[in-house]
Amino acid sequence: MRYAFELNNVKKHYSKVKALDGVTLKAEEGKIFGMLGPNGAGKSTIVKVLSTLIEPSSGTAKVAGIDTVKNPTGVRNTIGLAGQFAAVDDFLTGKENIQMVGQLYGLKKKVAKARAEEILQRLSLTDSANRQVKTYSGGMRRRLDLGASLVGKPKILFLDEPTTGLDPRTRKELWDIIRELAKGGTSILLTTQYLDEADELADRIAVIDYGKLIAEGTSAQLKNRLGGDMVEFELKNKVDFQAALEEVDRFCNENRQADEDELIIKIPVKNSADDLLTVTKMIDEAGIKPSNISLHKPTLDDVFLALTGKKTKPEADKKARKGPKK
Amino acid sequence: MKRELDDIRDGLIITKRNVMRYVRLPQLIIISSIQPIMFLTLFNFVFGGALGASAGEKYINFLLPGIMVQTILFGALQTGVGLSRDLNAGIIDRFRSLPMSRSAVLTGRTTADLVRNTSTALILLITGLVYGFRFQNGTLDAFLMIALIVAFGYAFSWVAAFVGLAVKDEETAQLAGFLFIFPLTFASATFVPTQTMPGWLQTFANNQPVTFAVTAARHFALGTPSDGAEWKLLAWIVGLLIIFVPLSIFIYKKRA
Repeated sequence: MRYAFELNNVKKHYSKVKALDGVTLKAEEGKIFGMLGPNGAGKSTIVKVLSTLIEPSSGTAKVAGIDTVKNPTGVRNTIGLAGQFAAVDDFLTGKENIQMVGQLYGLKKKVAKARAEEILQRLSLTDSANRQVKTYSGGMRRRLDLGASLVGKPKILFLDEPTTGLDPRTRKELWDIIRELAKGGTSILLTTQYLDEADELADRIAVIDYGKLIAEGTSAQLKNRLGGDMVEFELKNKVDFQAALEEVDRFCNENRQADEDELIIKIPVKNSADDLLTVTKMIDEAGIKPSNISLHKPTLDDVFLALTGKKTKPEADKKARKGPKK
Repeated sequence: MKRELDDIRDGLIITKRNVMRYVRLPQLIIISSIQPIMFLTLFNFVFGGALGASAGEKYINFLLPGIMVQTILFGALQTGVGLSRDLNAGIIDRFRSLPMSRSAVLTGRTTADLVRNTSTALILLITGLVYGFRFQNGTLDAFLMIALIVAFGYAFSWVAAFVGLAVKDEETAQLAGFLFIFPLTFASATFVPTQTMPGWLQTFANNQPVTFAVTAARHFALGTPSDGAEWKLLAWIVGLLIIFVPLSIFIYKKRA
């Protein structure tokens, strides 16, 4: 079977930093493949290797069966790339931007113009087609950037954190567009640091950290790794928190997560109702009154925490909020 | 042959993109013309009286070709600044992911800067004419002067392109450019004849490309002796292009 893209033990080393430390991955055609990880995990490096921007230090990467090092032009003819920085030209209009990229794909001027109009309509940007991009909002720029990556009719689309820094409504709009593209048969590699985004869009998810693949599977498979549901206790103070933690550890200390700052303890349980009753009873008998108790399905947040031993980095979110350059 | 045609086609597409920036941001051209006009005005009216005597010529006639060379060199530095700006904005990543010519981003940038530099040079020339500058040698030589200066600027654009790609940062690109442009333009025949400089400096000043450019420009404008400066300059232009065109394209291709 042919894959949308394949990585075979790909390593990328910069003087001392191992940006990629031997990643092997295969993605089926026609699906959305999500790549999840905090900032600096190596997601963008993978996208850069696959889109021929950098060559791997060792290992091989193929896109639509074409080797990225041996035949970069072949790869470039097959792909579209849209990134977190919304690489469009401020001084050109929306239409001129897409037309230019179309011409650089080798399309005749007229054809490129027609394609641009078609794409702008599809992305609901027709009204602002003839305005300079510097007047666009952040969400419009992202849509235009995505549009520019579509003009070559790519079989495979690389979206590097396409929604980072966008407000929730604009994010949802972009999600709809991405889903529609996948329905049309385009294979998509989507990197994100938002767990809900991967959960929402991706058919399969790879979790990357420190340049390594640490898990891969469907969202459901990743969640199942934690067992069944999660019991969550929220405590009133640090004393209660420590006492409750002792009780919980007597119950089971496998995969339990404790957040001392938030005073939250999470426990994966197999027999939800029974286990909930048991552990609640233990805590109650120890004289601790939690401020909140809940039972829920594990989120990808829980998965990530269990797999990497840490939360998605807060500094990553800070950077995300700053967003792309104006 | 097909590849060369694609190179030219893509180069022109990128040139157009870069020129649009200047067209839609005309204040950029205006502001970047004010500085050399200010230089020309200050030097002409502040130093003109005192320096005119040693130049042995109406000072504006002596000064204008020099200021034009200096302006073109400073303008050429912008090539590096523009490239590092595009690098940091991510648009070069987009270009590098496209099945387009690998030289087009650089030829498009340097060609657009050639267009901008030529228009700045013409604005400066018109100001000089207002201040009393006159060509002494007819139209062909006047044209040759402008062509030579602009060609020198084009060659320097490729040096700046290399610097811009190597340092990867707009401000560093600008400062790195200043570092070598200032000594080159001041330790030269740009503002005063070199005879009054100390011996060691004279040796440097008389044998560096900016002096060749200024001497050749004056030769065409005024008919002063050039001592072969126009050929030496031509050799420099060709030499710079032979070294920095392939070097810049190489570093563009390899840049991570």
